[in-house]
Amino acid sequence: MSFVAGQYDAIVIGAGHAGCEAALAAARMGCNTLLLTINLDMVAFMPCNPSIGGPAKGHVVREIDALGGEMGRNIDKTFVQMRMLNTGKGPAVHALRAQADKFLYQQTMKETIESTPNLTLRQGMVEELIVEDGKCVGVETKTGAQYLAKAIVLTTGTYLRGKIIMGELMYESGPNNQQPSLKLSESLRKHGFELVRFKTGTPPRVHKHSIDFSKTEIQPGDENPKFFSYETKSSDNEQLPCWLTYTSEDTHRIINENLHRAPMFSGVIEGTGPRYCPSIEDKIVRFADKPKHQVFLEPEGKNTAEYYVQGLSTSMPEDVQLKILRSVPGLENVEMMRTGYAIEYDAVVPTQLWPTLESKKVEGLFTAGQINGTSGYEEAAAQGVMAGINAARKVQEQPPVILDRSQAYIGVLIDDLVTKGTNEPYRLLTSRAEYRLLLRHDNADLRLTPIGYDIGLITEERYTSFKCKVELVEQELDRLKTTKVKPDEAVQAMLAEVGSAPLVNGCDVMTLLRRPEVTYAHVEQLYPSTLELDEEMKEQVEIQIKYSGYIEKQLLQVERLRKMEKKLIPHDIDYHDVHGIASEAKQKLAKIRPLSIGQATRISGVSPADISILLVYLEHYNRVTAIKQSQSDEE
Amino acid sequence: MMYETIAAVSTPLGEGGISIIRVSGEGALTEVERIFRSKTKLTEADSHTIHYGHIVDPDNGEKVEEVLVTVMKGPRSFTAEDVVEINAHGGIISVRKVMDLLLQQQIRVAEPGEFTKRAFLNGRIDLSQAEAVMDLIRSKSDRAFSVAMKQAEGQLSTRIKQLRHILIETLAHIEVNIDYPEHDVEELTSLFIQERCGQVISEIEKLLKTASEGKILREGIVTAIIGRPNVGKSSLLNALAQDNKAIVTDIPGTTRDVIEEFVTINGIPLRLLDTAGIRETSDIVERLGVERSRSALQEADLVLFVVNHNEPLHPDEREWMQQIVGRQVIVIVNKMDLPKRLEEDELKAVFGEGSIVTMSVKEQEGMDSLEKSISALFFSGSIESNDMTYVSNVRHISLLKKTLQSLHDAVEASEQGIPIDMIQIDVRTAWELLGEIIGDAVGDSLIDQIFSQFCLGK
Repeated sequence: MSFVAGQYDAIVIGAGHAGCEAALAAARMGCNTLLLTINLDMVAFMPCNPSIGGPAKGHVVREIDALGGEMGRNIDKTFVQMRMLNTGKGPAVHALRAQADKFLYQQTMKETIESTPNLTLRQGMVEELIVEDGKCVGVETKTGAQYLAKAIVLTTGTYLRGKIIMGELMYESGPNNQQPSLKLSESLRKHGFELVRFKTGTPPRVHKHSIDFSKTEIQPGDENPKFFSYETKSSDNEQLPCWLTYTSEDTHRIINENLHRAPMFSGVIEGTGPRYCPSIEDKIVRFADKPKHQVFLEPEGKNTAEYYVQGLSTSMPEDVQLKILRSVPGLENVEMMRTGYAIEYDAVVPTQLWPTLESKKVEGLFTAGQINGTSGYEEAAAQGVMAGINAARKVQEQPPVILDRSQAYIGVLIDDLVTKGTNEPYRLLTSRAEYRLLLRHDNADLRLTPIGYDIGLITEERYTSFKCKVELVEQELDRLKTTKVKPDEAVQAMLAEVGSAPLVNGCDVMTLLRRPEVTYAHVEQLYPSTLELDEEMKEQVEIQIKYSGYIEKQLLQVERLRKMEKKLIPHDIDYHDVHGIASEAKQKLAKIRPLSIGQATRISGVSPADISILLVYLEHYNRVTAIKQSQSDEE
Repeated sequence: MMYETIAAVSTPLGEGGISIIRVSGEGALTEVERIFRSKTKLTEADSHTIHYGHIVDPDNGEKVEEVLVTVMKGPRSFTAEDVVEINAHGGIISVRKVMDLLLQQQIRVAEPGEFTKRAFLNGRIDLSQAEAVMDLIRSKSDRAFSVAMKQAEGQLSTRIKQLRHILIETLAHIEVNIDYPEHDVEELTSLFIQERCGQVISEIEKLLKTASEGKILREGIVTAIIGRPNVGKSSLLNALAQDNKAIVTDIPGTTRDVIEEFVTINGIPLRLLDTAGIRETSDIVERLGVERSRSALQEADLVLFVVNHNEPLHPDEREWMQQIVGRQVIVIVNKMDLPKRLEEDELKAVFGEGSIVTMSVKEQEGMDSLEKSISALFFSGSIESNDMTYVSNVRHISLLKKTLQSLHDAVEASEQGIPIDMIQIDVRTAWELLGEIIGDAVGDSLIDQIFSQFCLGK
């Protein structure tokens, strides 16, 4: 028997990394929000690696934080190791990566959710969408409870018709042997959604006390850790090291001898797996001449002996997994605590979504995270926060928030998904961003915090301190531009010391700082500022000056992009009506229904000639509409 | 106006010996100004005025061409933008030089139909014409595309692909270092980048050198000369070549079966193909030649069909007539000095009286009327000149030069110790520019390359 169990502004289904962000964003923006999850003990669970961040992914966490999301704060509270990667490269690709205490991470996120006003957390398995007149108005759980709302966000992760595969063994399951969601896929299909089957996997976990660390290399965290959240200023978290070892000839032999039992090759797996996250058997087959592969041993938390074996993701049978593990130096006597597995699941074809992550088929229904074909906690959380924001905006009848490719990695991620789709689980890479130099770890707040503030996710207090930072950076830039440098002894001595050519004429400090060898610290000593600048501000000043040439180049490209993004395409355009567009392009355009000419240019199969014709058509359309408008005004 | 400044040759090539290069857009006046020397400054000139002067190479001050420049300020111009028209009276070579200089400024080659598109978007063209404008863009683009496809199969494109491969491997290597910093992939040294870029730089320099020698730039109206053996095809070819000074001869890579000559007739560039023996043959070696001749015939914009005044129509000739009817054909009745035995009326019935030229190549008689016929066809617009090939060639050179610049920037940056993720910007630009030459979409190929070149993952 069904019964109405509650009425909300917004309902989020699934409390993983996407769901938590979506629910928190909606609730914080003032929506009465319900967060439903199959198992309350699994809130913000990390079913795979115990880490957050890295190139592109770390940038995304920073962006989530700049918008007012939770992931950055949560990992800052619960990390057991923090490392800044790529420090030898340019500032745009510096990337923060944390090892998380998985258990603490979950617990902390759950506490935050439980203590957030407007937010109800409840256990329940959703099996049916309630759709009326093409609008999603609620959901029904297995127990018959109906929850009604104006906006629904689906974040089902790998639970949709999840199936675990381990050698010859196969069974219906969510991640880590959780109950799968078997019926919701059917409901989605019924409402016209096209689904695909994707696959991912995880390596075995081993017992710390059975590892011989002396045969491995230690990988410690940074001595002076940086943080993800702009709010975190310090931390007294104790750091744990990771350990590096390698596969051996034996490992490769064992895998090769057992390939016939690998589901990847025996044809059992039908889902498409990600190329960037291959199983060890895949790596050994595809890169047969590589003699060894890295294996990182990562602690899963402070109060657990479980270690995650990064690099050995596998769906081999359990007995083979054990043999593989024990062929790795340092793991000769290892105890396997959890077996690795592959998991298949249903995902929605993401080109069925608007850039707001609302579905084109069913109004009021948003999807975020792995259900949209992505992989990774950060990618999920990013979509979660955007879906939550746009669900709330819809409830509140406000215009949506869409980030473009020059504003955020989040913009790149969502635009790629909804415009190009994906035929494998999608992972963000810095190389996917055209304007990488603008999308830096250091400037996420400059890019996004004003937006977060406008929509009500950034507190007044935080915004004030943000504005103060902007102001001080401006003043300091100004000072460096106007302060004159004379070729005196002090300057020449400094230049000689850093190996830079001596100064012939006077210049300003800014020009001096542009020299590759000269840093802000050098000029600061000679020409101290009267402003109270913290490290973050100094870094900002230095980056903006040092790389201004390249930054300006990219800004010019962005200007061109923006022009195209500003040319909006009306919703009711019928592409089959547009004379002259090639038929393949017509089909693609009709399917994707791009919001702007800019988005249309990124659809594969749409040529520049098609775009030209579309522009002419739109001009025609607009003029005709204007004429009709003025005629009806006269009547 | 919010559009970039564009340029294109707006007259069919060589019309009356004068070519008009049209430049439109916000920067039309300032950009042309950079390469124009005259008494008045274009930027200060009144609208709808004509100025005499010279196009000069701003790098060395060398005079490239004597020109008349028309200034039309928006909105009172064809596109409703600022428009500058450069009237150059040299032949194809000097037009190319002028285009070349323009494209080194902040100007790009116009897309097919782009002037018309802008005129429409800027409200210059009536609403009712929208469909016609869209048709124009479609047909011009399709034609450009088919030309591009033709070129994509050529030698140039093979070399461009090789260069792109070097660049994408380098890019994948840079990207892996950035996206997988802890992976045991060899760290990229600046020396490696300099070496790879240097390799591509020297190849592009070679390409550009051949371009300036005119070897990869073969443009003009593709003209096939067909006829039975001994009707005088080769003598016709030689006569035309001698009379009009061949620009390029002896193209490497072409066989003896198809001889190419470049001539200009009244300023109209012709690329003459003497398709030695189009006839059915069983001899394998000869057949290869015949195949080539056939494809040359397929490609031709204009067919010169040579027949003998002194002989009745041969069955072969009747067959060709069937093949070429409906194309742009000039029938050359050669050997008029000998008695008439040809069924000229039959030819007239098929091709029309105006298409028949009677001459004697040997006696040098009737050459004038042939040249007049060709000009007439050309100026009436009957021959669709393949100026698309021409434009895309100018485009190629400008893209190659931009590529070169990006690669030099990359090398310079790497010598200065600039971080690899910034050098990557220049290398990637170079790779994309080369892609534009062969019409390769950027797409996901870099990401594909990363994952096929390196073993990555957790």
